[in-house]
Amino acid sequence: MQLNDSPAAQRILLPVRARTILGSLALALLANFLPWNNVALVPDFVALVLVFWCVREPRLVGLGAGWLLGLLIDVGNGVLMGQHALAYSLLAFAAIALSRRVLWFPLWAQALHVAALLLFAQGVSALVRLAAGAEFPGWGIAVGPLIGAALWPVVSVLLLMPQRMPVDVDETRAI
Amino acid sequence: MEHSPPPFFNRGPAPLVRLAFFASLSLALLVLDARFRYTEGLRSVLALAVYPLQSLATVPAALADRVSGYFASQSQLREENAALRAKLLAASQAAQRYEAAQAETGQLRRLVGAAERLPLKATAAEILYNGRDPYSRKIVIDKGSRSGVRAGSPVVDENGVVGQVTRAHVLSSEVTLLTDKQQAIPVQVVRNGLRAVAFGAGSNGMLELRFVAANAEIQNGDKLVTSGIDGTYPPGLPVATVARIERDAAYAFARIVCQPAAGVENGGYVLVLDGEAKRLPYPEEASQERDKRSGKTRKPRRKDADAAQ
Repeated sequence: MQLNDSPAAQRILLPVRARTILGSLALALLANFLPWNNVALVPDFVALVLVFWCVREPRLVGLGAGWLLGLLIDVGNGVLMGQHALAYSLLAFAAIALSRRVLWFPLWAQALHVAALLLFAQGVSALVRLAAGAEFPGWGIAVGPLIGAALWPVVSVLLLMPQRMPVDVDETRAI
Repeated sequence: MEHSPPPFFNRGPAPLVRLAFFASLSLALLVLDARFRYTEGLRSVLALAVYPLQSLATVPAALADRVSGYFASQSQLREENAALRAKLLAASQAAQRYEAAQAETGQLRRLVGAAERLPLKATAAEILYNGRDPYSRKIVIDKGSRSGVRAGSPVVDENGVVGQVTRAHVLSSEVTLLTDKQQAIPVQVVRNGLRAVAFGAGSNGMLELRFVAANAEIQNGDKLVTSGIDGTYPPGLPVATVARIERDAAYAFARIVCQPAAGVENGGYVLVLDGEAKRLPYPEEASQERDKRSGKTRKPRRKDADAAQ
């Protein structure tokens, strides 16, 4: 399979289904709540999937969805209420602003854009916590977003799969 | 972007307006939460909504556990069984001695006229996951206010104190670990009864004794237990072992680093203790005001205090 998703190689996708978006966001939340061993190295899956849908479907997923997801993450992790909500709304805004540009690039260059976006979101939540009186935990907090950006090609291939299905399934066809 | 779209392409308010709306909403929530703690109601409702996902997230680990248990060999199980039997024997012996000691203590306390200690109620809970917050150290457990867990209850595992419940939702609660920077626990050296306060040291998973004089009698390997003078932690629970002491003549206090006794950062099950409901007496000024209102019990106590001196 060709991993190049630039416009030349792009084919016409099926319209996205609402349940794909909801399901992927729920899965991302689940992945965030998994009992990870080393939390510093684990990317923020919710932010990654949110960026994906904001870039792909800016009219369906936007600031409201980001804000609500951020609130759920805040409660699930027991951190300051509104920390991730603020970070994710800014992230969604930046992703929508970049959405026209990002898709013109091949996947690895898209991943660079995503790295900048995720680092930005992490920076916002770090600023919020520092303003609330926490201590800076070290530059290790930048590792998660970078790993998240490295996962971007995988995530975009996986999440676009439902839209790449053939329109009418032919029962008599071999594959 | 400069042209305004025709009405049939209406997309609602402009992105910047939406951003301003959601950002100000988040900022308002942040201030309300950090300054005034007004958001606890909203938080517990949302916690109830998140709970299914949280409990579902523990399924993969549990499944892996069961699969690996399926492939455990008989000899392994035998060994484990024997080890557990030996442990049980030792523990039951200790428990018998403990019971006798407790009866004796109760009797002695009655003789002296001190308040008797109430037995602790313990609730077993499973750790759902570690909080994903690099700025604090928290775990989330699967028992909440419906099982009688209250904010402030101490949390222990089989080796010692793990932390304290800081928020109790309906079905789950958040436990702040001892190693959190904001967490403090009053301790006592077992060897000589020296009292101190242990603070979390943050990311390295250690504790720190602060404000202990540089010439205090404390040495490497000293065991620290809860002193119980805060009224929150029951006395005598193991907390930590002194790991390193740096005495510097330039400072009035020694720098003492301790290794927590409990597997604070790992482990699957914990006990939530329902702390004894023994409240400390009010400080002098507060008790004066209270007594003025009731106007009875003030005088004799002062006499007692004078006589004691």
